[in-house]
Amino acid sequence: MVYIPSQWRDLTGAVDRLELPGRNLREISRALEARFPGIAERLVEGDAIAAGLAASIDGAIASRGMYSPVGPTSEVHFLPAIGGG
Amino acid sequence: MTPKSERKKYKVIGTRPIRHDGADKVTGRAVYGADLRLAGIVHGKILRSPHAHAKVKSIDTSAAEKHPGVLAVVTRADMPNLKNKIADLGEGSVNLAHLGANVLAHDKVLYKGHAVAALAAVNPHVAEEALKLIKVDYEVLPSVTWVMDAMQDDAPLLHNDVFTKSMGKRASKPSNVPTHIHFEKGNIEEGFQAADVIVEREFKTASVHQGYIEPHVSTALWNQDGHVTVWTSTQGAFTARAQTAELLQIPVSQVTVVPCEIGGGFGGKIAVYLEPVAALLSRKCGRPVKMVMTREDVFEGTGPTPGSFMRVKLGATKDGKLVAGEAWLAYDAGAFPGGVIGPGAMCVFSCYELPHAKVDGYDVLDNKPKTQAYRAPGATQAAFACETVIDELAEKLKIDPLEFRLKNAAKEGTRRVDGPVYPRVGLVETLEAAKNSPHWKSKLEGKHRGRGIASGYWFNIGLKSSVAANVNNDGTVSLIEGSTDIGGTRTSIAMQFAETLGITAEAVHPRVGDTDSVGYTDVTGGSRTTFATGLAAHEVALDIQRQMRERAAILWECEASQVQVEDGAYCHKDKKLTFAELAGQLGHTGGPVVGRATVSPEGASNGFGTHLVDVEVDPDTAKVTILRYTAIQDAGRAIHPSYVEGQMQGGAVQGIGWALNEEYVYSDQGRMENASYLDYRMPTALDVPAIETIIVEVPNPAHPYGVRGVGETPIVAPPAAIANAIYAATGVRMTELPMSPPRLWAAMSTGKKS
Amino acid sequence: MVRKTHVATTINGEPVEFLCEARQSLLEVLRETLGLTGSKEGCNNGNCGACTVLLDGQPVDSCLVLAVEVEGAQITTIEGLSKDSRLHPIQQCFLEDAALQCGICTPGFIMSAKALLDRDPNPSEHAIRFQLAGNLCRCTGYDKIIRAVQDSAKRMAGQNK
Ligand code: FES
Ligand code: FES
Repeated sequence: MVYIPSQWRDLTGAVDRLELPGRNLREISRALEARFPGIAERLVEGDAIAAGLAASIDGAIASRGMYSPVGPTSEVHFLPAIGGG
Repeated sequence: MTPKSERKKYKVIGTRPIRHDGADKVTGRAVYGADLRLAGIVHGKILRSPHAHAKVKSIDTSAAEKHPGVLAVVTRADMPNLKNKIADLGEGSVNLAHLGANVLAHDKVLYKGHAVAALAAVNPHVAEEALKLIKVDYEVLPSVTWVMDAMQDDAPLLHNDVFTKSMGKRASKPSNVPTHIHFEKGNIEEGFQAADVIVEREFKTASVHQGYIEPHVSTALWNQDGHVTVWTSTQGAFTARAQTAELLQIPVSQVTVVPCEIGGGFGGKIAVYLEPVAALLSRKCGRPVKMVMTREDVFEGTGPTPGSFMRVKLGATKDGKLVAGEAWLAYDAGAFPGGVIGPGAMCVFSCYELPHAKVDGYDVLDNKPKTQAYRAPGATQAAFACETVIDELAEKLKIDPLEFRLKNAAKEGTRRVDGPVYPRVGLVETLEAAKNSPHWKSKLEGKHRGRGIASGYWFNIGLKSSVAANVNNDGTVSLIEGSTDIGGTRTSIAMQFAETLGITAEAVHPRVGDTDSVGYTDVTGGSRTTFATGLAAHEVALDIQRQMRERAAILWECEASQVQVEDGAYCHKDKKLTFAELAGQLGHTGGPVVGRATVSPEGASNGFGTHLVDVEVDPDTAKVTILRYTAIQDAGRAIHPSYVEGQMQGGAVQGIGWALNEEYVYSDQGRMENASYLDYRMPTALDVPAIETIIVEVPNPAHPYGVRGVGETPIVAPPAAIANAIYAATGVRMTELPMSPPRLWAAMSTGKKS
Repeated sequence: MVRKTHVATTINGEPVEFLCEARQSLLEVLRETLGLTGSKEGCNNGNCGACTVLLDGQPVDSCLVLAVEVEGAQITTIEGLSKDSRLHPIQQCFLEDAALQCGICTPGFIMSAKALLDRDPNPSEHAIRFQLAGNLCRCTGYDKIIRAVQDSAKRMAGQNK
């Protein structure tokens, strides 16, 4: 299940979550872009997740960028990136 | 708490060995950045802007260059042109043009203390004299230092190339708001309709500084062969290398960063300030250049944590169930984008199960130093707001504030407002420990006294770590790790390694490597070091164990799989060798054994804490005295309990300073008026009581020993806990930090009882 | 070239001579001229105590003492505390009690604690907090430092019996 951040719902026509095919974030982002053109421009920069964003897969911040694996029952969220002190 | 039986299965973890770098640090032998001595070293100083906002029309360095004893002068003209290049620095990315302009101002200065030029001279006194000879022609511009003023349409614009981004969506008009974050969960209107009681309050917090006692210091040598070596005080040698190389536009292979001992960081020693400047000066004069900041430079030129304006609204039903929460947060980022609003917005409701919620967060530019992370960056401000409203809600509902928190506490399965679902977490356990603590059970008597409670949360991050190890033939192991050691992590990492391998902590010799001698490792920050680098050390131990079994198999002419490891010893049938005995035989069983591991663990490990405080408020002066303080925290697993307690105590006292004293006081011209320890006034030993600690252990499912990391969570709860205690003592709800005597006195005398 | 002054003094029991400029602090001379970098600089204006040394037995912020002033004085720095390859009890207790994290404040605290215990071998917790209020520590919250000084007092009393 891919959750759509509220700030992208202008592109998704208020769809807030959906099932998408994809074994990794790259495939998920392609599927998202195919359904809702314009999302990739916000999510992806070059070959990586855009600066300042992070993806959470099943509660864990993905550490392999667009190659991060996504399972058939995974929950995916897009969030602001965090660091720490 | 951990059952006794589980605790017993560990031999090293949970004990309190003397730290490996201890003797060096109590004898004055440890080499911190400023202690470095090199032949031919010269001294650099930075000229800083006297204005909060101004155009730099011209810089004339000719007189300084001619001054006897001056060896090199640099300005923005010596920096490569960096345009709007984004560089990935491991822990997040950074706009290089901004980073570069912070290190040496380009066409504008954006805060008082902004670096404008630098020079190197034979000694620091000559360097300081010569700074006065640099002539800068400024055109002073209007400035703004309060976050809400900076958001106004008519506010002075800091950058004309910054546009508001909302999860990647870019606005069309330049603004002082680089980022807007928005989260929604459920249906906020429905949620508040279901509430019987609603509390909504506004809060303000002042900028505070990390306050590490060691000022920033770096020495650079741009060698005649083109190689740059930087000795520096940094939380992350590799991050410092990446920033230095990118700013100088040279390959990382041309830069070696040697991390010296570091005298505190708390998030403020991640961004570079001096390293590239010292390198540029060294390139010009061909000698190693050492740069040490003054305390004033540290306050005025390095990262404070954001000042903030926040509005928090929470609703609950009569029976004490939270149903809806709304937060609006504006944090200042200082002179360049990239403050800590992200984690602030993600954290504001992180302690509670909220079916309906909405959060808006704004990163806001103003004429202050670029803010940097400070221990649980963004969380302390948000918790001050949320936990105060929670307290007021409990009071209105006539429910004990601890019970109210327990009833609504986030737990395994709780969906956070920003989306993800918590795995096993320990907030409930910290609340229960608080409830059973001697402090909570004690009676607080006397006039003008009150007790407060608050909870706090920090994510605790993973990121990348590398560790390598060499087995010595006497059975000891040297361990090389990439995490700089700010608070005893050499030892907490070595202990995990020792536990896994079945040797003693003393048999491990941990060392922090430079960027040429150990694999890439992210910063010591985010409470990640004992967790992630500890995980790497555990994996190295497994790697070594595997190789040692192979060696034993050679000696015993059996298969490695037939060699058992029991209590750290290697056994096959009736044969048995201790680790040390086997280590002594490596030479003739194939040579040295070297282990290595790199990790990049996913997932925050979720650190929760609950703090209790008793205060007394002087009715005449409004001075707050902390009578008793207890910090309770889920450490997952406390590797070295003394240093876990130390983190909890240190964080609590920083939080007490934030709550009661510390602030950047700004003049109308946007100048900081209290840039010294005397006037900034951090807590001293006399300002605080003993800090009692209770370590709760709810093991982190994502770590072999259950470690969660502990460094940051303890700063989150104190301001809210103290505000709640002040309310209990005086009937006055404080909504502004710091709750210093003038501010509290004003609130008390207007009789602002709620 | 600024004219330098000749100063003869005793540091950690050994006679030492040095040349210094009038504007140089004792801290600067200790660290830069004599290579005794155990005394730390946190503020250079008397607010943090990281530079504490004993001057004729009294704790002073060496950043506030001019080097020319120490002619004929007895100075003890952190480097002079351990004797015969054994740590001083205060140093030992700081280690056992985990009274340091980053360690930058530690030499100053140990010197202030020594001055206190030399004068008052059995101080109350309040007296310890009072004496150490001129030393800032940003890491530990002071708790373990106070315990370490209390334990040092006990251990030193035991040794003097
Ligand atoms: S350096 Fe002397 S008191 Fe701070
Ligand atoms: S241990 Fe870091 S300042 Fe005291």
